[in-house]
Amino acid sequence: MITELGHYALVLALALGLIQAVAPMIGAYTRDAALMRLANSTALMQFFFVAFAFVALTFCYVTSDFSVANVFENSHSMMPLIYKMSSVWGNHEGSMLLWVLILTVFGAMVAAFGANLPATLKAHVLAVQSWIACAFYLFILLTSNPFLRLSPVPFEGRDLNPILQDPGLAIHPPLLYLGYVGFSIAFSFAIAALIDGRIDAAWARWVRPWTLAAWTFLTLGIAMGSYWAYYTLGWGGFWFWDPVENASLMPWLAGTALLHSAVVMEKRNALKVWTILLAILTFSLSLIGTFLVRSGVLTSVHSFASDPTRGVFILIILVLFIGGSLSLFAWRAPLLKQGGLFAPISREGALVFNNLFLTTACLTVFVGTLYPLALEAFTGAKISVGAPFFNLTFGPLFVALMFVMPFGPLLAWKRGDIFGVAQRLMAAFGVGLVAVAATFAVKGGQALLAPFGIGLAFFVMAGSLVDLVERTALFRGPLATSRMRAAGLPRSVWGTAVAHFGIAVTLLGIVGAASWGTERILSLKPTQTVSLSGYELSFDGLAQRPGPNYQSQVATFTVRSGGVVVGVMEPSKRNFSSRSMTTNEAALLTRGVGQLYLSLGDAEPDGSLAIRVYYKPLVMLIWLGAVVMMLGGALSLSDRRLRVGAPKPAKKPATKPTLQPAE
Amino acid sequence: MTRKQRRLILIGSSLGVLAIAAALVLNSLSDSIVFFNSPTDIAEKHMAVGTRIRVGGLVKPGSVQRGENLNIRFEVTDGKSDVPVRYQGIVPDLFREGQGVVTEGKLEAGGIVADMVLAKHDERYMPREVVDALKKSGRWEEGAGQTSGGTPR
Repeated sequence: MITELGHYALVLALALGLIQAVAPMIGAYTRDAALMRLANSTALMQFFFVAFAFVALTFCYVTSDFSVANVFENSHSMMPLIYKMSSVWGNHEGSMLLWVLILTVFGAMVAAFGANLPATLKAHVLAVQSWIACAFYLFILLTSNPFLRLSPVPFEGRDLNPILQDPGLAIHPPLLYLGYVGFSIAFSFAIAALIDGRIDAAWARWVRPWTLAAWTFLTLGIAMGSYWAYYTLGWGGFWFWDPVENASLMPWLAGTALLHSAVVMEKRNALKVWTILLAILTFSLSLIGTFLVRSGVLTSVHSFASDPTRGVFILIILVLFIGGSLSLFAWRAPLLKQGGLFAPISREGALVFNNLFLTTACLTVFVGTLYPLALEAFTGAKISVGAPFFNLTFGPLFVALMFVMPFGPLLAWKRGDIFGVAQRLMAAFGVGLVAVAATFAVKGGQALLAPFGIGLAFFVMAGSLVDLVERTALFRGPLATSRMRAAGLPRSVWGTAVAHFGIAVTLLGIVGAASWGTERILSLKPTQTVSLSGYELSFDGLAQRPGPNYQSQVATFTVRSGGVVVGVMEPSKRNFSSRSMTTNEAALLTRGVGQLYLSLGDAEPDGSLAIRVYYKPLVMLIWLGAVVMMLGGALSLSDRRLRVGAPKPAKKPATKPTLQPAE
Repeated sequence: MTRKQRRLILIGSSLGVLAIAAALVLNSLSDSIVFFNSPTDIAEKHMAVGTRIRVGGLVKPGSVQRGENLNIRFEVTDGKSDVPVRYQGIVPDLFREGQGVVTEGKLEAGGIVADMVLAKHDERYMPREVVDALKKSGRWEEGAGQTSGGTPR
């Protein structure tokens, strides 16, 4: 019963979506306020119905209702509750339902919190948002319906892919989708502005917080996915330049560029047309990502099942939305008024530089990801473009970007003084040089580029703090003054510094793990030991342990450093009989910000066990840096909230004088 | 500076960055892409020894030999031709005889010296490259690797 209700709710959401896609636009055209307001209620109701459908599907999973084909395919009655819940989106149909759920969450939030948006803009935004929603409702209902029933009812489910039976599944997809889909708001605003034919700095102020929120989630989602791949695939790698990973990286790069160009538009009313284009491109890349992952074009752990009709359907959505929006852009953009002027050396100039490098880096990833697909489609030749390609193209561009990063926030708007800024960054240069020298002294020349990577990371970290230090007059006056000034600084300044600091931390981790990681692959018998980077691991023995829906074979290793026991590592292999499949559970031992990583191979005929041991110094900084970036985003967001929809007319005198931060 | 000059600087520097990126892309594309082949391709094409290639197919039943120090030898087959593969290291969990596999490595006189062996992520699916290789050699049974069983789609 609940299944049919869920299905029905989804159909109702589609009906509402169709109304919302048309009515507000007519309202905006005829200046009919009532029609425009209609979108508010339909957006909220769409969210309600999709949420109902989602809860209905979750209910089927939790109660292990195997009469539902989707549950039968992807669940098992013995699975722990958390995996029953997360396997709702651990399959194609359910993950698309999550996709539209998040889409309607954002739509409802615009409807609920966008009270100060101009009526026509809001009507257009909600209408465009609904076009996207309708396309995906149709996709779900016609090709990927999660509510189909089975008859006869099977006795037991076929279980979720064991690789997905991990807490990572509970967190990674929702975060990633919050990011992907969050960019739809920027897209809808861009299309609405093009339809309106009007755009100004206020537009950027409305769009910025949504973009920032989406970016924050996407950053965390990507980092989470990377950590999950790191500990679950058993290779100790944190980024494989896999097309599916690239599919999430591309919207991130474009979104980061959008975030920065929107600042220029908000503060200086320049780069308008470019910002609109970026908003369209960012969401287009999210759609392309969805297409790559969901269509079955790529085979990976993410493509749950391939069905050609789905691929074609998503391709049609892709062509309609990307083609349509770019045509609209080509038609309407020339009508938008030109923005302000600025010198090449200025804050705006630095942000343009940022945009240039981010979009170019995004382009190289795009080429590397889609070239093999295009080549196969046109010539039939199959190639693989691996990590070396991306390291050689994406790497240099990103290094240049990182080097310029500390300069940006220190440059003045309109016309900056590059030598003055360089002078102010002297201390940061010093820190970077000391880091290079110290790394050379400690590690020698075993990885020649690594000390420079470390130096760059320290330069950026120090450089991002320079702005804060100067603004709070730290080291120049009494600490109390600095504290007061720090409290008075706009949150967005903190956000910038923290986020820039975070990316440098990530760089530090990448350089460390890639350059000085050690690795041993060998086979061991019980009581034998292996030593690696100053750690001694002794193999104590193998044991069988039963899990809820698997049998696991656990190897126990005692880890000693300088003769002292520092920990016990228990890597295991889990055997899932329902799918006759084995998963590898690596054991991790965190030492400071480095990690010992141990994963099991096969047992050899002579009773010894194949193992892989890695020591990865600084590796935790990769994800820690992403968390710091996310904090930066959240800090900036908390500042924006005060000013969302900012241009309040100063008609009535404020009852309380509010501190308006000077920026 | 006039608006025109500023725009020229902007466009000039954009083109500059794009040119650098294009140079980087073309340079590394020629160096770092790897072509995918089926065992039959390798038997028929006579490729130069030392070329880096990817091969996909099934692990030939009965061909797996494990040696000392995690050395492993096996043959990849598409039903028509076989290619011997040598590898040192740990093979993936789902590496089994008769199952799909993709390896990447250098082509030597006696087969391939692989530095990467990939199996599938899920027992229900087959790497697409393997499916294509099998289809080409005519050994593919429709639905063999796909989800089976009477579920409505």
